[in-house]
Amino acid sequence: MHPTPKREGEIPRPQSGLWGWLNRRTGLDDLLRSTLDEPIPGGARFAYIFGSGLLFIFISQVITGIFLTLYYVPSADHAHTTVAYITKAVTAGSFLRSLHAYGASAMVVVLFLHLSQTYFYGAYKGRRELLWLSGCALFGLVLAMAFTGYLLPWDQRAYFATAVGTNAVSEIPWIGESIKRLMRGGTEMGTLTISRFFVAHVFFIPACIFALVASHIFLFRKAGAAGPVNEDPFHSKQRVELFYPRQVLMDLSLTALLIVGVGLLCFFVPMQLGPPANPADTQYVPRPEWYYLPIFQWLKYWHGSAAILGVLIIPTFLVLAILALPFLDRGVERRPWKRPAAMGAYAFVMFSLVGLGLRSQYLDRHDSGVAQQLAKQRTEEDDYARKPFEPELSSASLAAANVTLADPLAAKGKTIFEAQSCNACHGEGGVGTAAAPALVGTKTKFSPDQLAEVFKHPTAKMYTSGMPPIDLSPDDLKALIAYVESLK
Amino acid sequence: MVEDAGYSEIGTPKPSDSGLSLEGRRSFLGALLTVGGLFVGALLSVPLIRFALFPLLRQTTELKKSAVGELKEFSSLTEPMMRTIQIEQVDGWRKTVSEKAVYVTQDKHGQLCVLTSICPHLGCTVPWNKEKKQFACPCHGATFAADGTRISGPSLRGMDTLETSVQDGQVLVEFQYFRQLVADKEAIG
Repeated sequence: MHPTPKREGEIPRPQSGLWGWLNRRTGLDDLLRSTLDEPIPGGARFAYIFGSGLLFIFISQVITGIFLTLYYVPSADHAHTTVAYITKAVTAGSFLRSLHAYGASAMVVVLFLHLSQTYFYGAYKGRRELLWLSGCALFGLVLAMAFTGYLLPWDQRAYFATAVGTNAVSEIPWIGESIKRLMRGGTEMGTLTISRFFVAHVFFIPACIFALVASHIFLFRKAGAAGPVNEDPFHSKQRVELFYPRQVLMDLSLTALLIVGVGLLCFFVPMQLGPPANPADTQYVPRPEWYYLPIFQWLKYWHGSAAILGVLIIPTFLVLAILALPFLDRGVERRPWKRPAAMGAYAFVMFSLVGLGLRSQYLDRHDSGVAQQLAKQRTEEDDYARKPFEPELSSASLAAANVTLADPLAAKGKTIFEAQSCNACHGEGGVGTAAAPALVGTKTKFSPDQLAEVFKHPTAKMYTSGMPPIDLSPDDLKALIAYVESLK
Repeated sequence: MVEDAGYSEIGTPKPSDSGLSLEGRRSFLGALLTVGGLFVGALLSVPLIRFALFPLLRQTTELKKSAVGELKEFSSLTEPMMRTIQIEQVDGWRKTVSEKAVYVTQDKHGQLCVLTSICPHLGCTVPWNKEKKQFACPCHGATFAADGTRISGPSLRGMDTLETSVQDGQVLVEFQYFRQLVADKEAIG
């Protein structure tokens, strides 16, 4: 952090009142000043607003994310129900979930603008290698957040997109299959996949992002703002304007735009939740979120022995080239029109990404089978979205219901169990109460003959604690024993 | 002048003609931004608060009324009729369905009423004894009349009636548990 510049003729700040009290103990005033008095060579510009915009969206994602976990349960059994509950039942739930989901897209957009601005302005030059590297790592982490968060609602769209995504990983030679199993928590997608994605999305990746955002900002303040393209990246020469007030206002204008834009989108076009994941659905045509479409389309071209080139070598080369940029491009020249190679590479990558994305859309629209299926999936999503929330039947109810179905003898035993008031002390379904022990799992302890004996002649201890001898016809006794033995 | 307000040479901000007006302007803007920021922050926290306070705004756990049967089925009751009702208990995003036995009978004024089958003594399920025309608890021998009033035995009160209503010709009942071993009916849970 920069020390506060000593101002000539500066009027000393009043150090009285609550603020003064707090400042003497925390140094908050100095911290605020060193934050706001960041010098910007060449003055404030709208080109510099994206970094703080990203920070704002990140904080918003953290807050909305924390609130969503108030109701969300990360398990294959409950994930979809709880997200449906959030979307359809909880007040402001649909809006909050939409903020979080659209926030992810907004993050990718603003991140892309931030990266492009840094690239166009050559702002990675002049001892800013670590700043660039931490930014690249943050880009990767944001994409990982988008990927892991996408699965969590566990609807058809999420399930199949992640199935495709994790399958793509297995194309990596030698270790791909192991990485896929590690990501999924097994060979198939299931409840362990949700647990893993949840932990990554909620604990692991955010922790890394916090640490890297801190170091990114620290490194940025250490290197200083790079300023306009005609500025020397090592030793800024242009006169500086402080961050506050004009740059702050410019930054806030993006924040305001994001609040209004994303807010309106969430209000008028809330994010939908599709029907629950059905792994047995063989018809489903998976499509990833828009920012993954180029990669999705790219992977379609690489199969068999060539896969290693498209899945491993080219992407690795591209990532390494991006990471190594500030080490390779060491000239002090920052003006884009004097850097044709850098601009050409950017244009090439951009055209490729946009082209791949558009190609994917084009193919979907012109393959009548796929187009039809995608339309059907959208209709199913709309239909599901319109249905009111239906609570999930708890496993206790299911167990009780199952017994009546399983075995007619046990079913008869159940009516006897209730008619004889056994349930009065042993509880519904023999789960046990304060008055008498549970009968669940009796089968593992007693044979049917032993049970019959104990039913007819309870032990002295049982008798004194309230267990009466049971007087039933042999058939009824057999049914009752069958029922008690069926309790699990 | 506004454009120039924050400009300065590197490291040493230019003192303005009057330090007061620059400081004054900066702190006025600062106050404006603080107030604006607080306002926007408050606005943004409205959905968060509504989301978190949902359990205060709505019922998140509720016991749905259970259907006992058609009203006309019980028009000519001669003795208590046992019915198994399904109790649906909603708990947030899950629900538990369980079954309970109840008796449809007539109170002492001849009005339809529904009794829980749980003995008010120690909670055993009380069967109807056709021969003796009374309820007789198998556990400790409490007996009750057809309308549920106590006849004899250790129970301190008669059998408990349940809140009943009729909707579209259907008899609905609100199932409840009652405290045992006390003389006055007292709902629990």
